[in-house]
Amino acid sequence: MTATCDIAVIGAGPAGMAAATVAAEGGATVMVFDEQPAPGGQIYRSIERAQGSTELQRILGPDYAYGAALVERFRASGAGYAPGSSVWQITPEREVWATRAGRSEVTQAGAVILATGAMERPVPVPGWTLPGVMTAGAVQILLKSSGLIATEGLVLAGCGPLLYLLAWQLLQAGQPPSAILDTATRADEFRAVRHLPAAMRRPLSAPRAEGLGYLRKGLSLRLALRRARLRMFRTVTDVQIEGGTSVEAVSFCSGGAIYRVPARLVALHEGVIPAQQATRSLGCDHEWDPVQHCFRPVLDRWGNTSMPGILVAGDAGGIGGARAAEHAGRIAAWEALHRIGRIDEFQRIRYAAPDVVGRASHLAIRPLLDALYPPPAKILRPADDVIVCRCEEITAGQVRDVARRGCQGPNQAKSFLRAGMGPCQGRMCGNTVSELIAAERGVSVGDVGYFRIRPPLKPVTLGELAVMDVAG
Amino acid sequence: MLKRLDPAQATLRFTFEGEPVAARPGDTVAAALLAAGVGVFRETPVSGAPRAPYCMMGVCFDCLVEIDRVPNRQACLTVVADGMDVRRQHGAREMA
Repeated sequence: MTATCDIAVIGAGPAGMAAATVAAEGGATVMVFDEQPAPGGQIYRSIERAQGSTELQRILGPDYAYGAALVERFRASGAGYAPGSSVWQITPEREVWATRAGRSEVTQAGAVILATGAMERPVPVPGWTLPGVMTAGAVQILLKSSGLIATEGLVLAGCGPLLYLLAWQLLQAGQPPSAILDTATRADEFRAVRHLPAAMRRPLSAPRAEGLGYLRKGLSLRLALRRARLRMFRTVTDVQIEGGTSVEAVSFCSGGAIYRVPARLVALHEGVIPAQQATRSLGCDHEWDPVQHCFRPVLDRWGNTSMPGILVAGDAGGIGGARAAEHAGRIAAWEALHRIGRIDEFQRIRYAAPDVVGRASHLAIRPLLDALYPPPAKILRPADDVIVCRCEEITAGQVRDVARRGCQGPNQAKSFLRAGMGPCQGRMCGNTVSELIAAERGVSVGDVGYFRIRPPLKPVTLGELAVMDVAG
Repeated sequence: MLKRLDPAQATLRFTFEGEPVAARPGDTVAAALLAAGVGVFRETPVSGAPRAPYCMMGVCFDCLVEIDRVPNRQACLTVVADGMDVRRQHGAREMA
C-alpha cells in the first residue's frame, strides 16, 4: 500500500524541523524521514538526550542548546516523523522510498522538501584512510551523541569555524587537543578583510545585524584558545598522517619548518559542502559555486529546484549555517503550502517575510567566512600518490592519468577506474574527481560536471524489497 | 584513547567478534566500538587495508560491519541493541 502525505521532508536538522513544523502547523499532513535516531541533524545532534547532562551542555555551549526549542516545537507540531529511515529513492513524481526497521515503504507526497544538509568536505591527505583519522564533525558527534572524548593524542588539522569550536569544546571538557594545525593563510585573512563591512551590515528591516554576533563569537572563541596556550601551529601545509594499521604521527610544514607530532586520533576539517546525492539522483539542475568550491542545486528564492514540487532548504542548497537553514526551512514550507493550495501566493509572501529577512541577516557573514577559510588547493586537487576514492582506493594520479588520456568527465572516469562505484557512491571522491579532471583539461569544474547518481541512494537488501507491499 | 564523560551509563551488552562490549543505551554501534577501543571495523575489498569510521554521519561507509549476520550495515547509523552480534567485515560482502 502506498502511504500519502501533503508534504514530505527529508532530514530532521534545523531546515527540516523548521519546514515540517510550519507545514504541519499550517494544516498540511507532513511526513519527515530522517536517518538519525533522534531529531536535530548533525548540528543539534542528540540535543534531547544532552538536556539530561548539565556538564555536556556546558561543554557544547549555547549555540547547541538553542536547538532544543526547535526540536520541542517540531515534536509538538503534529508532523509525522520516521527516525532511523534510509531514504533510498525519490522520484520526480514525488514518491519517497524509504527503509525503516528492515521494511521498505513508499510514500506519495504532494511536495518534497529536501533538507539533507551538508557533509564535511573530504580532506584527502596522505594517510587519511588510516583508522584513527576522522573529521572534526565526527569527533564532535562522538561527544554530542555518546559523551565520548579523546583523552590523549588528538590532533586537529585544518581550518574553519567548526574546527575552532571543537577545540573550544574540548577545552571546556578539560581535554584540550594535543596540537592544532591551522591551515588558514595570512593571504586569505588579508583578502577577507574587504568582506568585513558587509558582514556587519544589518539588512533592511532586520531586527539586528546577526553578522556582528558571529564576529563577536568567533573572536572570543579564538581568544579563549589563545589564552589556553594550546600547542598551535599556524599557516600549516603538507599535512601527512603516518602509521601502520592506525595513526601514529602527523607531519606537516609550518613557517618554513617541518614538524612531526605523535598522534592517535586526527580530526580533519576544511569546511562543509552540500549533500548533493538526493538532488543529483532526481536530476535537478546543479551549478558550480566557485566561492564555496562546491556544486549546489539551482534554486529560486523559495527553494524550488528545477523539478516541479521538489524543494531544497538549508545547507543542501549551499552552505549558510544552521540559523540560515532554519529560516530557509520555513520559507520552503510556505512555498510548499502554497503549491498544494493551502495558502495563496500573497499569504505565502506575507508569512515568509520575517524568515526572508532572517535568512539574509544570517547569511551576511558568509562571504567573509568563505574568504577566510577557503579549502587549500592541495586538498581540492591532491598530489598524485594520495587516495581520493576511499572505497575503491583510486589515487589522484590515476584520475589525472585517465584525464590526460582523453577522459572527458567523471562518469567516464568511473568506468575506467571504478572511482565512485564503491559503497559511498562517490560521496567522498565526487568533488575531487571533478576538480582533478577539470584542472587536467583546463576547463571549469562546472563544465566537467559530476557523477551521475542513481538510486538506491542507500544500501537496500533484496529482503527489504521483497516484503514491500506496493499496489501495482 | 576515548573516555566516557559518564561511564556509569554503559549498561547494554553486545559482542564484537564474539567478545563482550558495553554500550550506553542510544549509542550507535560505531560509537560503542570506538569507546571500547576497537581500531579496525573492516578491511577493504581492494587491498585489504584496515578501516574505521571517518565521518560518523552516514557518508563515508568506512564503518561497514556485519550485524546479526547482515553484512554492509553502517555502524554509525545503527543504534546498539542488547545482545547484538557484531562482526568485522572482511573484503567485499558475500552474496546472501
